[in-house]
Amino acid sequence: MSELDQGGPERQFRVRLAQGRFEIQRCEGCVRHVFYPRVVCPYCGGERLRWVAASGAGTVYSTTVVRRRAADGGDYNVALIDLAEGPRMMSRVVGLAPEAVRIGMKVCALITGEGEAALVEFTPR
Amino acid sequence: MSAKKSLRGSVAVVGVGLAGCGEAPGWSETEIMAAAASNALADAGLTTRDVDGLVTASANIVMSGLAIAEQLGIRPRFTESTSVGGSSFVGHLLPAAMALEHGLADVVLVTYGSNQRTGVGRGDAGRYKAALDPQPFEHPYKPFNPPSSYALAAARHMHQYGTTREHLAEVAVAARKWAQLNPEAFMREPLAMDDVLRSRMVSDPLTVRDCCLVTDGGGAYVLVRAERAADFPKPPAYLLGAAAAHWHRQISSMPDLTVTAASESGPRAFEMAGLLPQDVDVLELYDAFTINTILFLEDLGFCRKGEGGAFVSAGRIAPGGALPVNTNGGGLSCVHPGMYGIFLVIEAVRQLRGEAGARQVKNPKVALTHGNGGVLSSQITALFGTKETL
Repeated sequence: MSELDQGGPERQFRVRLAQGRFEIQRCEGCVRHVFYPRVVCPYCGGERLRWVAASGAGTVYSTTVVRRRAADGGDYNVALIDLAEGPRMMSRVVGLAPEAVRIGMKVCALITGEGEAALVEFTPR
Repeated sequence: MSAKKSLRGSVAVVGVGLAGCGEAPGWSETEIMAAAASNALADAGLTTRDVDGLVTASANIVMSGLAIAEQLGIRPRFTESTSVGGSSFVGHLLPAAMALEHGLADVVLVTYGSNQRTGVGRGDAGRYKAALDPQPFEHPYKPFNPPSSYALAAARHMHQYGTTREHLAEVAVAARKWAQLNPEAFMREPLAMDDVLRSRMVSDPLTVRDCCLVTDGGGAYVLVRAERAADFPKPPAYLLGAAAAHWHRQISSMPDLTVTAASESGPRAFEMAGLLPQDVDVLELYDAFTINTILFLEDLGFCRKGEGGAFVSAGRIAPGGALPVNTNGGGLSCVHPGMYGIFLVIEAVRQLRGEAGARQVKNPKVALTHGNGGVLSSQITALFGTKETL
């Protein structure tokens, strides 16, 4: 078993992300993409979930600005992104003012941070 | 008789009680629960000696059923302490009714208490909970939860249906007007729409006045089989229907942020009760945030999807409006000690008894309670009625 396939699906996702790979699962039974990573397909109950590269393309489904004092780092964005493959994920859209993020905005994924702190974020495309 | 119909009218609430609502400095959670329980039992003309079924839930106390039984000196034959967040104490009606119906208990006490406002160490508790229950696909993005999750739902509803911040503010203003009629409500100062719109933004589009209170407080109710419900001092509130549904836990897993599982629990509860939305005289909806009331009015069938904002406008759900909603002032203005569900049931019972004072709805026969838990996650609907509705 390679390092990539050790531990549960969450661990496997993190190991890939730390290597710069944003991958999601696809169910070999119902052919739907799955995120967050699961043990069992949440749509059909199938157990054959295979890792595939995410295209990184997405659309903002909803967005909010979390208000925070400037002394604590100021306001920031939290958004829900619909991936082109179908699943939705929480993330943030960066590279613009948090209140400038709009529902329907086309975005693409980037991996920020390193190792255990690696994170999928999005920028407008 | 189908299983679905069998619980209709089978049990009734014969006692309700509150304790420590607002601020209860120096009181522990189990002490607040015990005080509420004692008040509810006194309301039913009972004591702890009569209780053989105990139902509770807590966001903090491990094995809360054991802790509260010990605190009260009860040795229950039936204990239930499932937590589905704030909806728990509406959800508890179903297992409690089943236990009573099957003779596993004769008197079921449902109780809740929290010192969320004045209790010490809340920040630490939050950090421990995050460590014990990580949500690795949300927490790294630092949503300020629960407000941010509800803000995402509100933003989507606004985008999809043209709902406005003014519509949301209508809900807060209506709740405050009800609270002004309730001497037990925590916030009773006047609140105008402009006050809501100009208050501090927490997570766009929700301001602090779109968010529920953080108070202390406890509540309890006592359930018995319907056949003996008339033997108690106060008029019984009969359980006519109840149903639960949940489709997600985290907001990122909610299929459509404009449609909650209330659209499933509501119709099932109405079906059990043999009633329709137009039969309901008073509604108690879990208003953790202003968007909740709008979503639940839509999902429970009181208006069409997307029309909730217009529906609540012009004071329709406020005192004097066509549809009385959250008559105690709700979680927004009356009380919200972490989990609010038990207060929905208590206010519904008080309204059906006709003991709600200045906020009393005229001769209600049917009351709807709707509990919400998590982040629009757990949805539980229950319908209560007076003797005439049986």
